[in-house]
Amino acid sequence: MSFSLHFSDLLPYWPVFLEGAWLTLKMTGVAVVVGVSVGTLVAFAKRGRRKWLSKACSVYIDAVRNTPFLVQLFLLYFGLASLGIHMPTFAAAVLAMIINIAAYAAEIIRAGLEAVPRGQIEAAECLGLSRWRIGWHVMLQPSIEKVYPALTSQFLLMMQASAMASQISAEELTAIANTVQSDTFRSLETYIVVACLYLALSLLVKLLAWGLGEYFFRRRRAIRRAAAQAGRKQPGPAAADATVIGAGKRRTT
Amino acid sequence: MIGNFSWTHLIYLAQSIWWTLLLSLIAFLLGSIGGFGIMLARISPRRWLRLPALLYIESIQGIPLLILLFIVYYGLSVYGFALPALVAAGLAMMVYTSAYLGDIWRGCVEAMPKPQWEAAECLSLTRWQTLRLVIIPQALRLSLPPTVGFLVQVIKMTSLASVIGFVELTRAGQIINNSIFQPFLIFSLVGAFYFALCYPLSRWSEAMENKLNVGNR
Repeated sequence: MSFSLHFSDLLPYWPVFLEGAWLTLKMTGVAVVVGVSVGTLVAFAKRGRRKWLSKACSVYIDAVRNTPFLVQLFLLYFGLASLGIHMPTFAAAVLAMIINIAAYAAEIIRAGLEAVPRGQIEAAECLGLSRWRIGWHVMLQPSIEKVYPALTSQFLLMMQASAMASQISAEELTAIANTVQSDTFRSLETYIVVACLYLALSLLVKLLAWGLGEYFFRRRRAIRRAAAQAGRKQPGPAAADATVIGAGKRRTT
Repeated sequence: MIGNFSWTHLIYLAQSIWWTLLLSLIAFLLGSIGGFGIMLARISPRRWLRLPALLYIESIQGIPLLILLFIVYYGLSVYGFALPALVAAGLAMMVYTSAYLGDIWRGCVEAMPKPQWEAAECLSLTRWQTLRLVIIPQALRLSLPPTVGFLVQVIKMTSLASVIGFVELTRAGQIINNSIFQPFLIFSLVGAFYFALCYPLSRWSEAMENKLNVGNR
């Protein structure tokens, strides 16, 4: 039994791999954008005054967070098909991802909203800002700024969860790996290549999230620079908080 | 309809819960041993230990568990290591769990105030004594809620073992569905079983977190 890896057999397949990676990225992108928007609404609704709505939101969040993504996917794709609602595999996969990430994002964003000091909202009310502007400027923006590291790690986990879409045969990266390995009989090599591609994708997502964070939350940069100029190091307690929040959020997936 | 959902099916589903629980337990126990080692390496003063641990955590966290499972199960079988599904799933999940637990625990240990280390040093405790007697007992309190929360994740992740043919809850659902084809009912039931397993743990973790925060304030 020889234990040697042959990656050369996989060389002709690189466009297929790249296409799969691109599809994975696209699915994740759509799911993240729509999911966070829905999640924001859910977060506000859960905090809102309407009892039944906030109850419904917590039921939704708990149901999604305590069942596996794979089962949700099966329920959405096979289950709805048996009830007469047929969906293309991709639509089903993306919809499942949206439903999933919206629940997690809602919980993360809600944590951010809870952290907005009551006094700031009262101050904004005193200034006569409308409810929408309070929601957007005073509550949502600072809380997203605070929780976006946690959101980012959630997006990464979502990107990885998209691998499960191969189980309903949506042709993303993992599904492509399955076909390639049955073509070439080089399963170990194929999966190592795909693992590296996922690694590269997650680095890309991280980089993207970091870049967007730097761009959108310029205030962070200003605060950091001011702190550096004042001769202190990075704001200590805030950094410690961030690690704890990060650890805490990671577990909620 | 080919057949109807009967008590036999329900009992079959309920029995497969044990396999889900067993796999979760194996993954969690092995993973926490591995994770402890990773955490130690990650906070070690030696650079050659810290860097590989960081690399390990970052790379495992960047790879989906599904791919790890495939590598262990299909990948190794090509070279003659035909692993039983339980061993393969346990191995892959151990790798995955250890990376996450290592990172969670590192965060908790690093959240301990620096003076605790310095005070232990003043008492001339060795590094291991400092960890064992001063840091870890305190970090344990902090790490309990996220660890229990992660346990929920481990239980949910075992559903992936269905892909390599390990008959746990999800796989049992698929098998029943193949015979009577009522996916909506069956997968709702499977989801409900997972919910029944995970929800108490989630609530417990949340409750502990609240209690801890009150203590810290």
